[in-house]
Amino acid sequence: MERIEEKLKILADAAKYDVSCSSSGSKRKNDGGIGNASQSGICHTYTEDGRCVSLLKILLTNHCIYDCAFCVSRKSNDIQRAAFTVDEVVELTMNFYRRNYIEGLFLSSGIFKNADYTMERLLRIVKKLRLEERYNGYIHLKTIPGASEEMINEAGLYVDRMSINLEMPTEEGLKLMAPEKDHDSVRKPLMHINKQMIAYKGESKLIKHVPKFVPAGQSTQMVIGATAETDFEVMAIAKDFYSNYNLKRVYYSGYIPINNSNSLLPQIGSEPPLIRENRLYQTDWLLRFYNFDLEEILNPNFQKLDLDIDPKLSWALRNPHFFPIDINTADYNAIIRIPGVGRQSAMKIVKARKYGRLHEYQIRKMGIAFNRAKYFMRYADSPFQIGTPSMDVVKGQILQGGNSKYKKILNSAQLQLF
Amino acid sequence: MNYLFDGSFQGLLTCVFEAFEFKDVSVRICEEQSYSADMFSQTRTIITNQTKAERIWKGLSKHLKKSEIRSFYSAYLSEDAQAYQAIFNLMVRGFSTSFNLLHDYGDNDVMTLSQTLKKVGREQHRMKAFVRFQKSNDGLYFSMVDPDFNVLPLIIAFFKNRYADQRWMIYDVRRNYGFMYDKTKVFEIQLFEHTQVNLSIALETIELDDSELKYQRLWKQYFKSTNIEARKNTKLHIQHVPKRYWKYLIEKQSL
Repeated sequence: MERIEEKLKILADAAKYDVSCSSSGSKRKNDGGIGNASQSGICHTYTEDGRCVSLLKILLTNHCIYDCAFCVSRKSNDIQRAAFTVDEVVELTMNFYRRNYIEGLFLSSGIFKNADYTMERLLRIVKKLRLEERYNGYIHLKTIPGASEEMINEAGLYVDRMSINLEMPTEEGLKLMAPEKDHDSVRKPLMHINKQMIAYKGESKLIKHVPKFVPAGQSTQMVIGATAETDFEVMAIAKDFYSNYNLKRVYYSGYIPINNSNSLLPQIGSEPPLIRENRLYQTDWLLRFYNFDLEEILNPNFQKLDLDIDPKLSWALRNPHFFPIDINTADYNAIIRIPGVGRQSAMKIVKARKYGRLHEYQIRKMGIAFNRAKYFMRYADSPFQIGTPSMDVVKGQILQGGNSKYKKILNSAQLQLF
Repeated sequence: MNYLFDGSFQGLLTCVFEAFEFKDVSVRICEEQSYSADMFSQTRTIITNQTKAERIWKGLSKHLKKSEIRSFYSAYLSEDAQAYQAIFNLMVRGFSTSFNLLHDYGDNDVMTLSQTLKKVGREQHRMKAFVRFQKSNDGLYFSMVDPDFNVLPLIIAFFKNRYADQRWMIYDVRRNYGFMYDKTKVFEIQLFEHTQVNLSIALETIELDDSELKYQRLWKQYFKSTNIEARKNTKLHIQHVPKRYWKYLIEKQSL
């Protein structure tokens, strides 16, 4: 194996726990060189675990001065270490990009020497790609907490997205796992970049050719299931970051045990909380695209998401007074609250009903999950009903009729109790 | 009444024109080569006519946005008989009443068009993602694909903008034609005389650049290393990357 292949193996492996994969949100054009950004992003392939591969996601190095218990690259971990040179990263990126393997580069790094020293190397790679290779594809750069604001500002002019990971959802959790870190060191640079973005946007209204500054915005990531926070706590933090830091995405990463040396963390062999992770993403979507308030889905009296049903269905079952919704008259915002009806189908319903009242055979074709939705809506030929069925009965019928991909896992988990 | 046409988009537009010319109602659109005659129905053979097709196209642009007209063409590229029929019906009905009917998702033809567009759009997006260029010894980045629908015309603008500074070629082996870009313009090409082209044989006809296999190996290595074993989910993997595409995905060949 060539040395570069070995490095790629080590440094891709070390970078893969960062789940952000998106290559969307930027409109960067190709001005006389190679590459551009695709507004909606493109997933070029999918790993065998089903995650999208859009960017070449690597660390510059996995040498690190920190010793965070949840991190595979922590100082005390006995693993192979490697570091790319600036040229190697540029060469890999360009050659993968020219073959249409990737949408761009996702570059992160362990902290070697100090924050500024690391950030300076990352900046050199980014500048070389943009200025020498005339590369206009997507770049996602990790902001190194503690790096100087001047350096962060400069990087923002060349990249599409920046991110810093919160890692543990709560301050206490983080203190436990990484005594050298705190949430403030994440919040501060996120806020700084956000302010810069707003300033550049304000200027571009006045002056025509203001340079782009982090056009695809910022994101962060929380590890789920390593410490004992509730879903309500997790989503409250996410909500804070969406509204106060204008983040484009918050990622939730089910903790995958990587060592047995810390007795506070789940041990190797325990299953990563994949269903919970999925339910958190569904909640995230409901908040961002379906006009739900966090308190409707999770609140101090209901802190934990159901695993056997999705959060929208769960909300509907707890709020029977909201239903049934007549799709021939209701507002779009009410229709998207019907379990099994998404935004696209709701749009079709609203457009189509102008031409006449909608019947079952028509809405079935619009791509909705009819067998789930039927309990919560009325349409032109809905069957006549006396009274409303109890929500326990509805849940039972949906679970029985449905074919959830989680059915098997949840059932087997239940059996183990006996 | 059955209309037989040659399968071209202009032919389909000509059919629309003739339907008004002959005042035919309840017309069934059939491709000539796949038509089998029955005893009872009347048949008209429609000869593709550039002028007639253009008049329909112009007529559409009076009533519809560019993206809506384009959607008829995208749906046509599905090469599906039902889609041809829906396009024909919607154009005829649109011209005789109003093209507002395109928003009536409760309508069968509109639904067929919408479902077809979804399928074609998915394949178009997949081709942007799954095209894998290999570099030849004379610096051409080439790719052979085998898409479900005839989507190459829908993706060349994307590749032209993105890979503006390299020569490239994307070839559809199933339909035996492709597009070549020479750093200034894109043109259509046909590489093989016979119509059935075998992908692996076609690939062997081009000599590779010295560094090509190295980057293929690096890419496979990356694909392997970025996978998280503890999260293995083969069903999801195959759902996103259906097996029929594996034959031209470098990362799905053995390391």
